[in-house]
Amino acid sequence: MTTARAKDDEIELAPVAENLASVLVAKERPPRPSALSASITFGWRAVLKIKHVPEQLFDVTAFPIMMTLMFTYLFGGALAGSTTEYLQYLLPGILVTSVVMITMYTGVAVNTDIEKGVFDRFRSLPVWRPAAMVGYILGDLLRYVLASTTIMVIGLILGYRPDGGIVGVLAAVGLLMVFSFAFSWVWTMFGLFMRSEKSVMGVSMLVLFPLTFLSNVFVNPKTMPGWLQSFVDVNPITHLVAACRSTMSGTWDGGEILWVLVASAVLTVVFGTLTMRLYNRK
Amino acid sequence: MDNHDEPAVETAGLVKLFGETRALDGLDLTVPRGIVYGVLGPNGAGKTTAVRVLATLLRPDGGEALVFGKDVRRQADEVRGRVSLTGQFASVDEDLTGMENLILIGRLLGHRRHAARDRAAELLEAFGLTPAADRQVKTYSGGMRRRLDIAASILSTPDLLFLDEPTTGLDPRSRNQVWDIVRAIVAQGTTVLLTTQYLDEADQLASRIAVIDNGKVIAEGTKGALKASVGVGAVHLRLRDAEQRAEAAEILRSALDAQVILDHDPVAITARIADGGGDGGTERGAAEQASRALAELGRSEIVVDTFSLGQPSLDEVFLALTDRPATEGSAA
Ligand SMILES: Nc1ncnc2c1ncn2[C@@H]1O[C@H](COP(=O)(O)OP(=O)(O)OP(=O)(O)O)[C@@H](O)[C@H]1O
Ligand SMILES: [Mg+2]
Repeated sequence: MTTARAKDDEIELAPVAENLASVLVAKERPPRPSALSASITFGWRAVLKIKHVPEQLFDVTAFPIMMTLMFTYLFGGALAGSTTEYLQYLLPGILVTSVVMITMYTGVAVNTDIEKGVFDRFRSLPVWRPAAMVGYILGDLLRYVLASTTIMVIGLILGYRPDGGIVGVLAAVGLLMVFSFAFSWVWTMFGLFMRSEKSVMGVSMLVLFPLTFLSNVFVNPKTMPGWLQSFVDVNPITHLVAACRSTMSGTWDGGEILWVLVASAVLTVVFGTLTMRLYNRK
Repeated sequence: MDNHDEPAVETAGLVKLFGETRALDGLDLTVPRGIVYGVLGPNGAGKTTAVRVLATLLRPDGGEALVFGKDVRRQADEVRGRVSLTGQFASVDEDLTGMENLILIGRLLGHRRHAARDRAAELLEAFGLTPAADRQVKTYSGGMRRRLDIAASILSTPDLLFLDEPTTGLDPRSRNQVWDIVRAIVAQGTTVLLTTQYLDEADQLASRIAVIDNGKVIAEGTKGALKASVGVGAVHLRLRDAEQRAEAAEILRSALDAQVILDHDPVAITARIADGGGDGGTERGAAEQASRALAELGRSEIVVDTFSLGQPSLDEVFLALTDRPATEGSAA
């Protein structure tokens, strides 16, 4: 039985000569896909990879849960008197920190892919050049949504209550997605020019730790020394957290929201350009 | 717009440097349309580099490279619209299935969702991959991977297809399958630029051949002309008695008008047979000459233990063209 089956496979696995000529007959080429459609196709590739290796989602769910629990119970009592009270302050910051931290996986994915032959094929296709890079980030947005949902659920269980309601929370998550999309271009750039996955991770940590900790995520910057305050004030994470806090608490700080949108545009233009320059030269 | 007299590929003095290495060192290549053009060279000759420059993946450091008259540097996008590449190392996504890979490329070429799926299924069927369509490519054998790779390259029929060592590492059966595919592709009008390390592959498929070494073309021409310049074949002999080798070499030299190579092995002789004209079929000419030489050896009572007649190997082509073995150049 089994041997007959193997034989069948063998025969079927040989190219069928008569069919060959018919599939090769020159067909009219379809028009090129639009920039958006090409990017979405690359995003679909990223999603397929998640489908084939779902374990990779462990990172984006376990890590945020750990962050939320750890900091709520570690600092809660000391900083705000009670954990539930601290959570009101902390949760938007933890949401931002966790998602911004996992943006670095974009760089790792680019770096592990770029050496593979499939990249040669992508780069030799007549499509909008940044599409492959945009595709990575689009695929990663899915992870960010997943991480955000996880944190909101765990926050609500622990007693977080957003005064801004569902609209405020969605606005915060939306803003976070916009910023993460923009910020990911920093990682695509590193992913393209670093020599190994490990060095990408190393650099990411070097950038991410000061950026997330030297901010208003955990404590009010008013308690910090002046020189530190001036860094915290220009740190984009500070503004992102302030904007998210405002929408989630229903106070809607237009100035901070605008700051985040402008910073996102600047990040995309600067690091997007650098990424594409590296991509074309690779 | 398109000038049909323009060759598919035209390069002049093409240079590509990797640090100190001159991977391409003044490459001059003209590939006419509608044929399989073989680029033959040993490891490190610059084949992959040449293909990558022509497919717009690498920027040359000097010289000119035109594909259908379009400059690979300044008109890269137009070049990309007409070429397709099957790289030396699988240019498909290992994590996706065969079906997903082809749909992905189809969508990127602008096919609508259903058209991309139909085209993918049609190609998988024609390439004998239907039973493996929904398996991740990492589970494919080398031959299946190659076929999928080539299928991805012809999703939209390209005007010029680059195949970089398409059969290296394949077993003879898979190799024949790839050859059949290449023949079908060129029959339908696509120009194929094929790189290979094997003379017999170039012989089977290509109508013109360029031999490259150290980033330069060292011989170029039709298959017939190239073979004639190297000789049509080689006779490998092993003698019973090492003492007789010098005498045997002398007989072969005069009987075959051949270049005789004395190997390290004291009883082995290799003689390259020049194209004696024969009667059209060069193989037959070689066989006739070889049997004449054997008869001569017998007459002089030299005992031959084993005898074989082969096509010149790439090594022999190199020896003839450069007076040094091919392997030397690859010592990286
Ligand atoms: N990315 C690179 N960095 C440094 N050197 C390189 C690079 N790519 C190729 N080279 C060098 O350029 C030369 C030509 O390499 P290339 O890969 O074009 O040869 P090839 O003819 O394709 O060889 P093979 O038959 O082994 O595939 C070699 O000396 C190689 O070491
Ligand atoms: Mg190569």
